[in-house]
Amino acid sequence: MSGDAPQGAGEIDPITLAVLAGRMEQIADEMDATLFRSAFNPIIAEAHDASHGLYHAATGETLVQGKSGLPIFVGVMAFAVKAVIDKADGDMSDGDIWVFNDAHIGGTHLSDMRLVRPYFHDGEVFCHLASVGHWHDVGGAVPGNYNPQATEVFQEAFVLPPVRLVRAGELQQDIVDILMRNTRLPQSAMGDLNGQLGALDLGAARLDALIAEYGAETVRAALDALSHRAERLARAEIAALPDGRWEAEDFLDNDGITDTPLPIRVAIEISGERLALDFTGTAPATAGPVNISRGTAIACIYVAIKHIFPVLPANAGVMRPIDVTIPEGSLLAAEFPAPTGGYTETILRMIDVIFACLAQAAPERVVANAYGTINALSIAGRRADGRRWVMFSFYGGGHGGAPEGDGLNHGNAPISTATIPPLEILESAYPVMFTQWALRPDSAGPGLHRGGLGAVYEIEVLEERGAEGFLFGERGRFPPRGVAGGGDAALNVFSYENAGEWANPPMVSKMVGIRLKQGERVRLETPGGGGYGPAADRAPGAVARDVRLGYVSPERADADYGPAWREVGA
Amino acid sequence: MSRSLMIGVDVGGTFTDVFVLDEATGEARVAKVPTTRPDQSGGFLAGIRAQVSDLARVASVVHGTTAGTNALLERKGARTGVITTAGFRDALEMRRRDRPRTWGLRGDFVPIVPRDLRIEVPERVLSCGTVRVPVDIAAVEAAGRALLDAGCEAVAILFVNSYANSENEARAAEALRAFWPNPHVSVSSEILPEIREFERFSTAALNAYLQPEVSGYLDRLERSLRSEDFGGEFLIVQSNGGVMSVDTACRVPVRTALSGPAAGVIAAAYIAGTAGFPDIITGDMGGTSFDVSLIAGGQAALAPQTSIDFGMVVRNPMIEIATIGAGGGSIAWVDKGGLLNIGPESAGSDPGPVAYGRGNDRPTVTDANIVLGRIDPARPIGGIARLDVEAARAAIAAHVGEPLGLGIEASAEAIIRVANSRMAGALRLVSVERGHDPKRFAYMPFGGGGALHAGALIAETGVGRAIVPRFPGVTSAMGCVIADMRQDFVQTVNTMTAQADTGALAALMQEHHDAGQAQLAAAGVSFAGREVVFELDMAYVGQTHTVAVPLPVELPEGRVRPPTREGILSAFEDAYMATYGRLLPGGVTRILNLRSAVIGLRPKFDLSTLAPGPDASLEAARRGSRPVHLGGSWHETAIWDRLSLPVGAVITGPAILDQPDTTILIEPGQAGEVDRFGNVIIAPALAGQEGK
Repeated sequence: MSGDAPQGAGEIDPITLAVLAGRMEQIADEMDATLFRSAFNPIIAEAHDASHGLYHAATGETLVQGKSGLPIFVGVMAFAVKAVIDKADGDMSDGDIWVFNDAHIGGTHLSDMRLVRPYFHDGEVFCHLASVGHWHDVGGAVPGNYNPQATEVFQEAFVLPPVRLVRAGELQQDIVDILMRNTRLPQSAMGDLNGQLGALDLGAARLDALIAEYGAETVRAALDALSHRAERLARAEIAALPDGRWEAEDFLDNDGITDTPLPIRVAIEISGERLALDFTGTAPATAGPVNISRGTAIACIYVAIKHIFPVLPANAGVMRPIDVTIPEGSLLAAEFPAPTGGYTETILRMIDVIFACLAQAAPERVVANAYGTINALSIAGRRADGRRWVMFSFYGGGHGGAPEGDGLNHGNAPISTATIPPLEILESAYPVMFTQWALRPDSAGPGLHRGGLGAVYEIEVLEERGAEGFLFGERGRFPPRGVAGGGDAALNVFSYENAGEWANPPMVSKMVGIRLKQGERVRLETPGGGGYGPAADRAPGAVARDVRLGYVSPERADADYGPAWREVGA
Repeated sequence: MSRSLMIGVDVGGTFTDVFVLDEATGEARVAKVPTTRPDQSGGFLAGIRAQVSDLARVASVVHGTTAGTNALLERKGARTGVITTAGFRDALEMRRRDRPRTWGLRGDFVPIVPRDLRIEVPERVLSCGTVRVPVDIAAVEAAGRALLDAGCEAVAILFVNSYANSENEARAAEALRAFWPNPHVSVSSEILPEIREFERFSTAALNAYLQPEVSGYLDRLERSLRSEDFGGEFLIVQSNGGVMSVDTACRVPVRTALSGPAAGVIAAAYIAGTAGFPDIITGDMGGTSFDVSLIAGGQAALAPQTSIDFGMVVRNPMIEIATIGAGGGSIAWVDKGGLLNIGPESAGSDPGPVAYGRGNDRPTVTDANIVLGRIDPARPIGGIARLDVEAARAAIAAHVGEPLGLGIEASAEAIIRVANSRMAGALRLVSVERGHDPKRFAYMPFGGGGALHAGALIAETGVGRAIVPRFPGVTSAMGCVIADMRQDFVQTVNTMTAQADTGALAALMQEHHDAGQAQLAAAGVSFAGREVVFELDMAYVGQTHTVAVPLPVELPEGRVRPPTREGILSAFEDAYMATYGRLLPGGVTRILNLRSAVIGLRPKFDLSTLAPGPDASLEAARRGSRPVHLGGSWHETAIWDRLSLPVGAVITGPAILDQPDTTILIEPGQAGEVDRFGNVIIAPALAGQEGK
């Protein structure tokens, strides 16, 4: 990979390039929108845990990706497409569509069902179209597939390697049958599969029209030029940072099997237009499911970089001036069949350490750590008529304080754009009642600009036959960090009622098989974001306002900011 | 004297537009006067008096207002309190756990009701409608008094699951209204009895926030009108494109959130339909944005909700408007990767384009149009006497020409082409992406800026033609006069289709029907006819996004004939097929909401009264020529006075048609024809077509 002009690319004038860039982004956006509207499960329809794009014919590299899909997929889809290219080994036909969920070759976790469609023009693969969506259930030991006690992928879900779902335009019913027999919710899965196929059809039709209008050579030249432009942009942004070497370290609570903290370490070196990230010193692969594949790790770096430089496009060219070292055998480069179900927690921590590290180099470019855990909570059971129900959702927390102001209260995770379902929708669909849905006072890290507040969610089981709870979370022992002198946020706390007493999981943030009787509750108290800048520099009037609004208790205000706010009055 | 005048008034940021129609003679007149601030009633009355000497002759004044939108955007609503279910006072501030922008993790949210003015009371209703905890009335009263003591002028009652059973909210409202000193009490189940607490709470809280401001404003207007012998009806345009009585507007001001733009879209639909084009896409090009709407079969598409700003959700049926950041003031720039971009940063109308000479030195889309000779620098726009062409050229050279290695004219054309391409993207967004073939559609630009780009959009998107209305600058005011009266209702039903109680459903439909008819009757307005429309929001079980399913219902003598489950299911399958192209075999379906609309159809007027008069002629319209840069070179281009062109005139491109509120560009290879209503229809030129 180099920064030279793309080889063999036809010339393209800057105006046509700008026009085609917009047209191709619109194709990917439209594929996203189609699946969001037609998907059956709320994780795709409401939380937008899906993504679509156009990928390089030979390398699978990202060319264009939808703006509304899940951020983490921006980098990881290239690995999924590459996996299909490798598996096919040249044996691809017009009208083929491949499907798989194997996370070790495709990244993320087994819940993400990937469909890849080689797009042919004049008898040759022009590019690939791909669709990924998080299915509601893909078998395994735990409904919803967040099994914190898994020690092999086989306990997380069924594993499907890349196979042809559609062969030269013919849907392979055998494959559909295998998929539908391996989920607890076949109707939801069938609806999602249909939606993903519809999105790929639509992408192909739009690409047909675009090539008919501009010609294949012009479109190809535009794709090459966009990749080159992405690289130039990345180089320019990196060059604006100071040269030097910095290090940072943070920890995962545990892997769900052994209660031992797991270090994630990064060293960042900036030298002119190049940036190197080295994760040497990170914990080795674990028995429990906080491992990620190398592809996921690289995709996560991409997400962090794009948060720091939002101007960079979703294009593989961005990564060319970036060198990455992921140590072999670490939990960031796990081998099959190590479990990966909790990949979200690990990549959130990677983003946190990258931000904390870069804060030393260029504090004006970063924000403090966000709440740093997806808090995948599943409550499941059977109704009186025997029907199974699974309420599975991710819960929010605070964002980090920023150079220009306080962090956002109750936001979504940096790797996601997911919204939370309304509690009224959850209560109408499942036999539960929320008894609290509130901001959590004193959960934000103090600072010149404090973090945003986390939340308190309390849920009571209404079903006579009781229910079972599963939690996959993090930040139970190590709080989200402040940067540039800002303070840390509060820890994540999960509690559940058991025979009249409130209890906490032995593994702090992870637990399976929590037995809940009718009338018993679970409670999640999520972290806020870290603070930005020294608390001592915060205006007393701002502290007084926080106390008046109940964001911060008077005691904590005194402890973190000193008594000056009391002079100001509310 | 008979009251025969209908008056539409649109108050914009700069101008107040008035459209007067005499229903007795069919004659129409327009007026444009400066908007007065802070009290807009001055300009409002001045505009009317410019055309009407005797207000006693006025049957109705219909107003499309941006008072509500502006109060929301500028956060100038009233100090508002909230009384809510114990455990949920933060639901309004927690939103749906979103963030302002996908990338960057920056940006805060300040709710319109601060946390210390949101008070919890004991009460709880379950999703099935069972009252688990009856509302504590003493706590409601204490909360209300605390909010009054804290200086609140308005209050919203927001209880969880009140869509399923409004009893607790109704009891709390009764207790509160007994002592609250004004009518500004908004109750979530009265405003929007629909599932999804954040959307319902946000809508009701924003309603309360707007009530004092909007009702004060409308009251001032009405009093000034009445003081001038006005004895007719005062009506307000809603976001759904229908009008409502001023009383309803004061009670539910949140329904005015898109009042102004909605009126414009309604007029566009009528003008185009009259001219023979029931399928159009409208484009309103302003200083910072380009707003697009789709009208199919004469009906504007409605969206269920919109976000006025981050976290400020209004859920009410409203004209669907897609907005992109590509207006005349949008700034053209080349990024570090060498790609030419337009916007989203904008110079707006102040400081405005470089050529305005008000301090902006980065080139805008309007600057490119000026440099290319498409806008006459000697004609005043935006209150500027003479445009500075040289400054615009220098800015384009520095910010676009140098980084791209292009000359000034080529750079200006590049800016226009990229802007056109972004605008074309917006047209595709509302048509192709919703399954409509643009070839079937005509494009109608309105507002001041759009007509320069209309020809290019024909070429870019494949729309059949563009139609430029005779008075594009007063479209919204005209829409006020045309709009039907419309009442929308919603009620969450949440039942499996197979178990649906169709009798209960029919009773709800009857309730909506009767309430709507009563409101039409109370408005004191004459109607040419009435329509009742029922829709169900339905989905397969497990899906959270619903499909709007139109339900054919018979209404013999105003009594709803209950629909059958089979009829509902088959209507669902038709709607689902039309949307997604495939059904889910064996899928179980669910009905989420009933939506009803009761519409009083207003008499329409004859647009040909606006057509050019007998003294219009090509000779009278000819204004010489000037050089205009088109397709890579300068062309000596004919200039015409648009309003003096006669019916039937055909002008082949390249040509510029000027009129006080817009400039029309007819590109080479295209021709513009003046139809019998005075619209200019632009289409690819036919062989042999020429000026006549």
